[in-house]
Amino acid sequence: MAQAAAVAKPPAPPRRRRASATPRRLPYLLIAPAALLMLGFIAYPVISVFYYSLQNYNPTKPWRNGYAGFDNFVHAFTKDPVFWDTLVFSAKWVVVEVGLQLLFGLALALIVNQTFVGRGLGRALVFSPWAVSGVLTSAIWVLLYNSQTGITRYLADMGIGSYGTSWLSDTSTVFPAAVVADLWRGVPFFAILILADLQSVSRDLYEAAEVDGASRIKQFWHITLPHLKDAIILSTLLRAVWEFNNVDLLYTLTGGGPAGETTTLPLYIANTSVDAHNFGYASALTTVAFVILLFCSMVYLRLSKFGGEK
Amino acid sequence: MSVKEATKTAPAPVRATPEPPRPAKRNRAWDEAPRWQIYLPLGIYLLFTLVPFYWILLFSLRPAGSTSLVPWPMTFDHFEKVWTDRSFGTYFTNSVLVGVATLIMTTLVALAGGYALARFDFKVKRAFMLALLCSQFVPGALLLVPLFEIFAELQMINSLGSVILAETVFQLPLSMILISNFIKNVPYTLEEAAWVDGCNRMTAFRIVVLPLLRPGLIAVGSFAFVHSWNHFLFALMFLNNQDKQTIPVGLNSLMSADSVDLGALAAGGIIAAVPVVIVFAFIQKWLITGFSAGAVKG
Repeated sequence: MAQAAAVAKPPAPPRRRRASATPRRLPYLLIAPAALLMLGFIAYPVISVFYYSLQNYNPTKPWRNGYAGFDNFVHAFTKDPVFWDTLVFSAKWVVVEVGLQLLFGLALALIVNQTFVGRGLGRALVFSPWAVSGVLTSAIWVLLYNSQTGITRYLADMGIGSYGTSWLSDTSTVFPAAVVADLWRGVPFFAILILADLQSVSRDLYEAAEVDGASRIKQFWHITLPHLKDAIILSTLLRAVWEFNNVDLLYTLTGGGPAGETTTLPLYIANTSVDAHNFGYASALTTVAFVILLFCSMVYLRLSKFGGEK
Repeated sequence: MSVKEATKTAPAPVRATPEPPRPAKRNRAWDEAPRWQIYLPLGIYLLFTLVPFYWILLFSLRPAGSTSLVPWPMTFDHFEKVWTDRSFGTYFTNSVLVGVATLIMTTLVALAGGYALARFDFKVKRAFMLALLCSQFVPGALLLVPLFEIFAELQMINSLGSVILAETVFQLPLSMILISNFIKNVPYTLEEAAWVDGCNRMTAFRIVVLPLLRPGLIAVGSFAFVHSWNHFLFALMFLNNQDKQTIPVGLNSLMSADSVDLGALAAGGIIAAVPVVIVFAFIQKWLITGFSAGAVKG
C-alpha cells in the first residue's frame, strides 16, 4: 500500500486524524528531522554562498557592500595569482596524498587480512592513527619536526637532513613533510575500508583458483582486485574530496606557509573569510571550489564506470 | 504484501552475492603468505605508526629541557600545567559534552531516517538520496560564514549548541546511509513475524531490529563522537569565550603561542587522544564487521 501510493497516487492530502502515523505518512515523518536539519544547515548556507559570491560583502568595510555581479570571479581568474597557486597546490596535494594512501592502504589491508600471531593487536596498533584528529596530528608532527628537539635532530646525527633546520619552515622540505604527516593518519583509514571489503571475498574463489594452479599474484589480480574495485573507487573519491576540503591539518601544521607554499584553495578561502573578512570574495572562491569538486567527481565516476551497467 | 514489495524495490547492493559461511578452519596452503612477508612490512609500518606516538608521550613525560630518549625521570608537571593553567580541564568537559550530544542526536536522527530509507518507498526518496550524496561534496569549512550568520541569528554563538548542531548535521548524511544499509541487512520477514505476533511497528522495531543493529549503531555512534571530538573549525569559529572552547582549539592555541611550550603541547595532545583511543579500543572489533556489513557501498 505504501508503495502503491508512492508510485501511482499524488501524496495523500494531510489528514486531520490524530491517530498514530499511518504507514503512508510514516516515512516522511521519519526523514523529517534529518531533512529539516540538512535544509537549514547545509542547503540554506550553500544557497547563501552562491548569493554572496555576487556581492561585495565585507563587514569591516560596509560602505563598499552591494551587488558586484561577476567581479569576484573575474578578479579570481584574472588578477589573483594566489588563487592559481592554491589551485595547483590543491591538485598536487590531493593527487599525491590519495595516490600514496591508496597504495599503502591496500598493501596494509592485504597484510592484516592474513592470519598471523598477534593479528588483533597488530591491527589495533597500525589503525590507531586513524582516530587521531588533524590538529593532534599536527601537534605530534610539530614535535617530531622541531628543529631543536625533534626527531630531525637525531636524523641529522645519522646524516639525514641537517642540524637546526625545521622541515616545516623550509620551502623545499615542507611539502614532503606535510605529506608524510597526513599519510600517517590517512593510510589506516583507507586500509580499514579496504579490509572491510576484503573480508567479503568468497573463499571458494581462491580455493577454485588454487585447484587451477593460479599463483598468489594471479589470484590477487583476478579475484581480489576486481572484487575490491567498487570499494576502491568509492573510498578514493570520498578521500579525495575529504583531502581537498580538509583544512584542519594544514591550517595548524603549516598555516599554509612558508610563503604560501602549502595553501590549498579551501585554506585560502578560510583565510580570506575568517582573517580578512572578505566574505564576498571568499564565497566566490567557494563557488569555484564546488564546481571543481562536482566536475572532478563526475568525470571520475564516469571514467571508472561506477555503477554504470546496473 | 506491499511492504515486501517496498523492500524489493529498494536499490540492490552493488554485489548481491550472499556471503557464504566462512570455513571454520583456514587452510594455510592456499591463502597465506610466507611469514616474513607479513611480519617485515608490518614491522616497518608499525615503526612509522608508533614512533610519533612515542614521541608525544616522551615529550609529555620528561622534564622540560631534557633531551633523553626515555622519559626518565618521569614528571607529570606538563599535564598539571595544561589541565589547570591552560584550562584543558574545561576544554575536556566541553568536548565531552559536544561529543556525547552529537553522538545521541546523530544516532537518533539517522536511525529514523535510515529506517525510512531502508523499509519504505516514498515519493521523495530518490531526491533525498541524491541530496545525501551531494551533501558529501559540501565542505563544512567553506560554509563557515553562512553558518556563523545563522547561529548569530539564533543567538547561539558562544553556546555549545551551535557546535553540536553543526557537527550533527555534517555527520548525518553518511550515518544515515550506513544505518539504512545495516537495516536492509536485517530480514524484513523478522519484523513481519513480530507484527503477526501482535507487536506494533515500534515494538517490533525495538525488540527485533534494534538488537541486530548494535554493531552498526556502535560504528555510527562512535564515528559521530570521534568526529565531533576531533573537529576544529566549527568550535574555533562559533565559540569565542575561552570557557566554551573545545580541546582541538586549545591544542591549536598551544601550537600558535609565541614560544611553543613543547611539553605542554605534548601533554595537551595526550589528553586529546585518550578518550578517542579508549573508544576505539572498545569498538575495534565491531567497527570492521560493522563496516563490512553496511559498508559504504551505496
